[in-house]
Amino acid sequence: MFTIARHELYRLFLSPLAWLILALSQLILAYLFLTHIDYFMQVQGKISAIPGAPGVTELVALPLFNNAATILLLLTPLITMRLIAEERRNDSFPLLLSAPLSATQIVLGKYFGTLGFFLMLVGLIACMPLSLSTGTTLDLTAIASGVFGLTLLVASFTAIGLFLSSLTKQPTIAAISTFSTLFFLWIIDWAGNTGESTLLSWLSLLSHFQPILQGDIHSKDIAYYGIVILFFLTLTIHRINAQRLS
Amino acid sequence: MTSPLLSAKSLSRFYGPQRAVNKLDFEIYKGEVLGFLGPNGAGKSTSMKMLSGNLAPNEGEITINGYDLLSQPKQAKAHIGYLPEQPPLYKELSVIEFLSFCARINQIPSAKRKQAVETTIERCGLGNVRKRLISHLSKGYQQRVGIAQAIVHTPAVIILDEPTSGLDPIQIREIRQLIKDIAQEHSVILSTHILPEVQMLCDRVKIINQGTLVFNDTTQALQQQMQSSSLLVTLESPPTLTTLEQINGVTLVTALSNTRFKIHYQPEQNPTQMILEAAIAQQWQLTSLSPEQHSLEDVFMNIIQQETEQLGEQA
Repeated sequence: MFTIARHELYRLFLSPLAWLILALSQLILAYLFLTHIDYFMQVQGKISAIPGAPGVTELVALPLFNNAATILLLLTPLITMRLIAEERRNDSFPLLLSAPLSATQIVLGKYFGTLGFFLMLVGLIACMPLSLSTGTTLDLTAIASGVFGLTLLVASFTAIGLFLSSLTKQPTIAAISTFSTLFFLWIIDWAGNTGESTLLSWLSLLSHFQPILQGDIHSKDIAYYGIVILFFLTLTIHRINAQRLS
Repeated sequence: MTSPLLSAKSLSRFYGPQRAVNKLDFEIYKGEVLGFLGPNGAGKSTSMKMLSGNLAPNEGEITINGYDLLSQPKQAKAHIGYLPEQPPLYKELSVIEFLSFCARINQIPSAKRKQAVETTIERCGLGNVRKRLISHLSKGYQQRVGIAQAIVHTPAVIILDEPTSGLDPIQIREIRQLIKDIAQEHSVILSTHILPEVQMLCDRVKIINQGTLVFNDTTQALQQQMQSSSLLVTLESPPTLTTLEQINGVTLVTALSNTRFKIHYQPEQNPTQMILEAAIAQQWQLTSLSPEQHSLEDVFMNIIQQETEQLGEQA
């Protein structure tokens, strides 16, 4: 399992795609980071008099993490699409299937390898607000909970992407279906805004992310992400096993 | 008799309602090269996929080195090396990186891994290209990497699915030589539709047609089938056909041209000597005389046709 994870991560960095994604997402987020700081500088004078007013962490780091979540939503399909679909297309999948590995090992290996890449990305994103600590004091717990939220979010994105990649031979189809699924789960609670549809808002990836970002960590939100990850990983394992039968 | 390294009993596989492989029995013993022959679409690749654990059979069981492939897949798969029709390669890796990965997923302990990879590179003649990216190699070399991948963990049985398809004649010869070398230490199952390859490499032959086994014997037995009971004769001043037919043992004479004849005889009464004597005595001006040999292709077609006819009669 560890071998496959390492191999997956290594192969990812052999392709220009991973580097490009890291570089471009940094560029975009750096620009957004700058605008958040700019905004903070503008309002700093006005709000400094108000007691209990939001500080630099609330006004810079949290919006940045929010933006990062959206960007991760766009990027995940591009990375996860190749996981299994591309192996199928290149006929390299039999190598793993005829090796003494169980489907669980293959799936978990691929999952953790890809997750490793996204954790690097999240780490880089966290460096941006942390760099402010040279000039001011930060609410480190708030940042930590933001990073925690992003990690959970990207872990569930990856699980969904991995499953959809196992369904097809075409990486593009995997990418599009992953993107649609993620986006749908993102906005699904919009319908629930008016009424009392708690089920829809429970399903939403976003509605569980916001509280964590605010520093409001509940076990029910963690459980939600845990369930999503387990559910899709199990489906993927079943899918790989079933393929030998079909 | 020792028990077979790999044995499969009444394997069947359906694709929807279509029966791709029908009650196939398979066994390979230590140190043996088994040729698996059949026309395209006969079910060769499907059988190979099942034996290597890539595809589950609908019926039947496969045992490898005492482990059941379906209930103990990990232990069983550790004893097979498999090269599918399309070599499964990560083309963005270099040869040595790729083989190290293969060694790792085949659970070679880290202390022996480097040695295993080096030995394999040596055996497959990949020394000059070890640092090159696989995508930059020629098809012949990619095929070698594919074979290297199958033998890196020194499995008991190696399954090669059409290893020489799509290569040029020189590469084919090299790959065949490589398979010969490998066969000295491993049991090999080799699928192909090229008959001379089987003659060169294999001890035993199985022929499959439309998913059913139609021939299962040694390569020698296959070659005996190639012996036919007819002679090709060229006579510059030939006698009448009836004169030829009256020679002892001759059953039928057909004229291929004015001077060339095909003489069929009863297998137990070879009339070559008689014809020679008669030709000299009566001055037929014999210029050539040769026993006709069936090509393997003919035998192949015969076996398959016989089988199809039998099936037709049964139906």
